[in-house]
Parts: sequence; C-alpha cells; structure tokens
Amino acid sequence: MSILAILVSAIFVNNFVLQKALGICPFLGVSRKTSTALGMGVAVIFVMTMASTASSLLSIYFLRPLGLEYLKTIVFILVIASLVQFVETIILKKSRALYNALGIYLPLITTNCAILGVVLINFSKTYGFIESVVHGFGAGVGFTLALLLMSGIRERLELADVPESLEGLPVAFITAGILALSFLGFSGMIKV
Amino acid sequence: MAKSAFYEFYKGIFEQNPVFTLVLGLCPTLAVTTSLVNGFGMGVATLFVLVSSSLIVSVFRKRIPNEIRIPVFILIIATFVTSTDLIMAAYSPALSKSLGIFIPLIVVNCIVLGRVEAFSAKKNVFRSILDAAGMGVGFTLTLILLGGLREVLGTGSIIASGRVLASLPITGASAMIITPGAFMTLGLLLATSKRLRRMLK
Repeated sequence: MSILAILVSAIFVNNFVLQKALGICPFLGVSRKTSTALGMGVAVIFVMTMASTASSLLSIYFLRPLGLEYLKTIVFILVIASLVQFVETIILKKSRALYNALGIYLPLITTNCAILGVVLINFSKTYGFIESVVHGFGAGVGFTLALLLMSGIRERLELADVPESLEGLPVAFITAGILALSFLGFSGMIKV
Repeated sequence: MAKSAFYEFYKGIFEQNPVFTLVLGLCPTLAVTTSLVNGFGMGVATLFVLVSSSLIVSVFRKRIPNEIRIPVFILIIATFVTSTDLIMAAYSPALSKSLGIFIPLIVVNCIVLGRVEAFSAKKNVFRSILDAAGMGVGFTLTLILLGGLREVLGTGSIIASGRVLASLPITGASAMIITPGAFMTLGLLLATSKRLRRMLK
C-alpha cells in the first residue's frame, strides 16, 4: 500500500475513534469544549508519531531479529510511558507556553489505548519504518478530527433539551454512533 | 470497612458496575462485542488479568515504593496480559484472532489499573481478590449483554460454537455489528441503566 493510501486510510476510512473504537475515554472525557479538544488532539498526534517512530525502530532492530515478538506488549507500553515522561520534561524545559497548553494532557496519554493500539497495528501489519511513522501521524490526525467534530456537536448539545435518562453520556454515545455512521461514507475511498 | 466480604464481590456486578457506573474500559466494550462469544472471551480474559494482577499487587503492596508504583503496576499487568495472549493463541486460536489487538490492549484497560490502584494497593489479599473478581464478572456480564444484543439485532440470531442459542424473525441490520451500532447500543443501555437506578432508589 502506498504511503498516501496509509495516511488517508488512517484519517478517514479506518478512523481510530469512529471505526476502530480506540481511545474512547479521552474522546468522551475531553470533548466538551473545542479548545481542550484541540489541545488533546495535538498532544496525541505528537506522541503517536513519536511512539510509532521509536517502536518501529525497536521492532525492526531488536524484537524481530532476536525472536522476542512475544515481549511486544511489555516493551511497547514501557516505550510509550517513558516517551511521554521524556516529552513532558523536554517541553517543560524548552517551552513554558507549550507546556501550559499540552502539559495536562500528557499524563493522560499513557493510558490512551489508541497509542498502544497504533503501535500494535504497526507491528501486526509488519509496516516498515516510514509506513509506521506515517500511520502513527495519520491515526493522530484522525483522532483529532473525530475529537473536534464531537466537541463542536457537544457544545450545541449542552443547550438542547435532552430527555432526562439520556442526559450526559448516553446521548454522547448515540451522537458518536451517528457520527461513525456518517464516516462509513468514506469506506469506498480506498481498498484496504 | 465494616462492609461484608461478600459485598466486595457483588458490588461490581450491578451497584458499581465498571461499565455502567464507573464508565471504565470502554474501548474493548465497544470494539469486541460484535457477538456474544467475543464479548464472553474478552470478559474472561480481562477477569483473569484483573484477579491475577490484584493478587500480586496486594501481596506486595507494602514493598512497592509509592513513587514508582504506577510503572510497577503496569509491568505486573503487562506480564499477565502477555501470558493471556499466549494462552489464548495456543488454546483458542479462532477467538484470539477475532479479538486481535484488543487482548494486548487489556494493559491499558482503565478498569484493571483503576482497581489495582484504588483497591488492591490498599486492602488485604482476600478482599482484593473478591473485588477484582466482582468487577471482572460485572464487566463480563456487560460484554455478554452488549454482544448478545448486537449479534441478535445485527444477524437475527445468536450463535455459540455452532449452535443457535436464540433467534428473531428479522433480517439483521448489519450496522449493528460495526462500530456505529456499538456506540448506539451502549448509549441506549446506559440510558436504560440510569432509568433503572432511579426507579430503584
């Protein structure tokens, strides 16, 4: 599959949140306001790209040659956790403004299953280095897109008159379902 | 603390059900409940990881330094997840294939880390195991309910290991099997559970 196809597929066709149901906790947790949704989205794009880069190097030069594939889960979760910690420290030292904008989202990202998900998909599809990086970046952009769309809708939903039992999360889930249904329209774009 | 040990077990099933009240562990809840069997498989795998990690964390709770407890918990959980992954791939390859990356993703399931951090790290071994088992059973039952509903609405019948367990005289709506159906079914189930809880009060 070409690089462009991987990118478009990760953003639209196989959108991580709306088609693969990964990263649902932050998707519902920080989609109340567009500004926080954007902050979380940028942080996720950043960490996903970095995690894909690091883990693909590890799997190409370490896990596969040594036949240690079964250790993938443990190795990848360690990579992600230390990467997040590393990025947080660097940002804190280098740019106070960026830290204030992204800082609070970074610790949440370690347990975002979309990050581990993208890394595991790279591994199971045996993507090469460039393919992994592009897939990680695309998945992050797709996550941000879904988060932004959802936050726009939820800002309106605050003002709507929702039946009592459906208030809060239930109506958010049903909205996400309709959003996911509309994303099915992209499924003919690329054969995966 | 005066609560009976049995309470620690059954609270996870309805009163503090991880999906319906704590709204934890949503990714596997949505992604793998395409059929009753898949929901059951995922539930049992999570139950196993939950109980084993709780046991180990609770046994070593006084020896794990507070500052690095989260990385230690994650490593303990990841160890059990890896063994579950390998056991499933060996004994039930079909199920392991259909659950795919969601088995390794149990590592980042908030239910497991949440219970370990909130309960096993503080309470004794007996209570920790009961709590973990209760949460795991509550999670499994929820996945079975969601998987069964989606399967019967999506295909018109529920099939487990080649036998038809239930069927409806309808043509299935395939949208129920894919992710949009998962979101909507869970949304409606959450609303139902909210209404039920209000009526019981």
